[in-house]
Amino acid sequence: MYKYVLRRVIQAIPIFFGITLLSYALMANTPGGPVAALAFGANLKPSEVEALKIQLGVNDPWPIQYLRWLVGDDWLRWDTDGDKLADRSVLIGITGPNGEPLPPGDRRGILRGDFGISFVRSRAVLPIILERLPASIELGVSSLVVGASIGILVGVIAAVYHDRWFDHITRVLAVVFDAVPIFFLAILLLLIFGAQLQILPLGDRCRVTMDPSCPPIFQRLEYLILPTFVLATGGISAYSRFMRASMLEVVSQDYMRTARAKGLNSRTVWLRHGARNALIPIATFLGPAIAGIWGGAVITETIFNWPGVGRTVVAAVTSRDYPIVMAATVFAGISTILGYLLSDILYGIIDPRIRFD
Amino acid sequence: MDSTSRATSITQLGDPGSEEAIVSKSLFQRAMHRLLRDRLTMIAAVILLILSMLALFGPQITQYVLRIDPNTTDALNRMQGIGSPGHILGTDDLGRDQLARLLHAGRVSLGIGFFGAIISISVGLTLGVITGFFGGIIDDIMNWVITTLDSIPSLYLLIMIAAIFRPTAESLIFVIALISWTGVTRLIRGQTLQIRNLDYVLSARALGASVWRIMFVHIAPNLISITVIVLMRSIGGLMLAEAGLSFLGFGVQIPQATWGNMLTDAQEYVRAGGIHLILPPGFCIWITVLCLYVIGDGVRDAFDPTSNK
Repeated sequence: MYKYVLRRVIQAIPIFFGITLLSYALMANTPGGPVAALAFGANLKPSEVEALKIQLGVNDPWPIQYLRWLVGDDWLRWDTDGDKLADRSVLIGITGPNGEPLPPGDRRGILRGDFGISFVRSRAVLPIILERLPASIELGVSSLVVGASIGILVGVIAAVYHDRWFDHITRVLAVVFDAVPIFFLAILLLLIFGAQLQILPLGDRCRVTMDPSCPPIFQRLEYLILPTFVLATGGISAYSRFMRASMLEVVSQDYMRTARAKGLNSRTVWLRHGARNALIPIATFLGPAIAGIWGGAVITETIFNWPGVGRTVVAAVTSRDYPIVMAATVFAGISTILGYLLSDILYGIIDPRIRFD
Repeated sequence: MDSTSRATSITQLGDPGSEEAIVSKSLFQRAMHRLLRDRLTMIAAVILLILSMLALFGPQITQYVLRIDPNTTDALNRMQGIGSPGHILGTDDLGRDQLARLLHAGRVSLGIGFFGAIISISVGLTLGVITGFFGGIIDDIMNWVITTLDSIPSLYLLIMIAAIFRPTAESLIFVIALISWTGVTRLIRGQTLQIRNLDYVLSARALGASVWRIMFVHIAPNLISITVIVLMRSIGGLMLAEAGLSFLGFGVQIPQATWGNMLTDAQEYVRAGGIHLILPPGFCIWITVLCLYVIGDGVRDAFDPTSNK
């Protein structure tokens, strides 16, 4: 068991590096690169732009630049005698193009939590992301829970009443809601429940006041209903379909016939023997579901004015604030990897047929 | 399996010489037969055909039938409702004709979905067959690339790439195709792995068939049905992705209309009473994608040898 978990964790490491490599490569290939983004409109002299280039290390070969972004440059060029000028270095140059001494590296790298400084907000990126993470987690977790519970419930009922009206209607609905563009669904719901009936708010996380923080979640549930539903639709239709298929497969198993033959009542047969076994393959859904939620949250948060990471990413991409975009991508990637990892481990734990050797 | 086909297979088993006497159908013929009797799929196919034709001939229809340019603004006739004179579906906030824009937009939205899916499936089919067949280190590397790409939410990737490269409608096809080839590759790889271990592949190998012959003559034809299913779902999925991207303002840039970016200002319309601007493009995307998914499901059922339909 421990070996299995350990092996899965080790397998996840190259994926993490893949994600950082990809987001770095995209960033490094922006027209003009980070210097153009930083120097744009900032009224810098050419010499200052040069200094910025050296400080950011954009003239180094890109593997070094990637390394610097990943683990920082404070150990690549450092100061031993306390004069604020570097006197030792590895891998990178110690002096500028004209031989002038350079300050020591001050970046700590994303592995140590240094995602750099936001181009637009002139603040460290990590706190900006961390400030917005709770709102995103709130919306994401509630959508995951709602999506999985409604979807699984519908799937089980549809399988129990196989080929009856409930089954037919939910199957049609599953395809219909699978095909809906979620921003259109969001606008429709806002139009109906917000603008026409005026029973649910037209967006935001809580009532807008001078105080930017929100009251505890149970005092503002009405703000959560529409965005949660919109973000959960994909999950509901996917979970219900897979649960139904999984149930129907389990039903044909011998142990189901045995359970019925023993004279167990049908509720026990369906739920204890059927649903519990049908749930096993559903465990593998967590990883893809988390990736889906992150993506969907970008649109949902934008429409509902939800102050989470997704909306921040849209704003950051628009203003070309790449450090924020990269940090958000790494965060989303890590949580997806963790989701995949967790679902694999869960799968191993709850399915006794899987052997760990 | 219905009674006639069971009878067929029993006679075939009992008397291999009588094959000519039985009207035998190939898997493809039987699937087509089932498909034509599947009413829901046929309705979806007809709707999709009509929408595609409207989109394909959109420019001609607007030019010769409606005689309106989709990008001409008209400050005097802003926000006209449905059925207003000269504008069947009304006008938008800049006085542009809604119907003309819908037709032009459909051409772009459907085109991006269709060609994007073609590209991603070609890539996925090639890579899937190669990795599934050879396995080993090629498979490991491809697995790493795919898992990495799948771990980043596709919309993040899309908006990053779209923001950096500012794609046109044509280059957006490639950007969008980038996110969906991984799923296709995974699927085809799995199928190839299964087929590779079947006896007839072994016998082909024993007869001395080359690797490429086995891959493309013996394995690839068995992937046709799954490719058709995936094609339908990919077109739909990519249309949704394009719509989302354009809605956020990172996709096809205005004034070129797509069904997605026609909804970008929709939130203001919610308050300003422009429902006629919200519903048509939204339902166009929804219905088109729904038709594609229904057809995909129908094709899957038709090709499924265990289905009774």
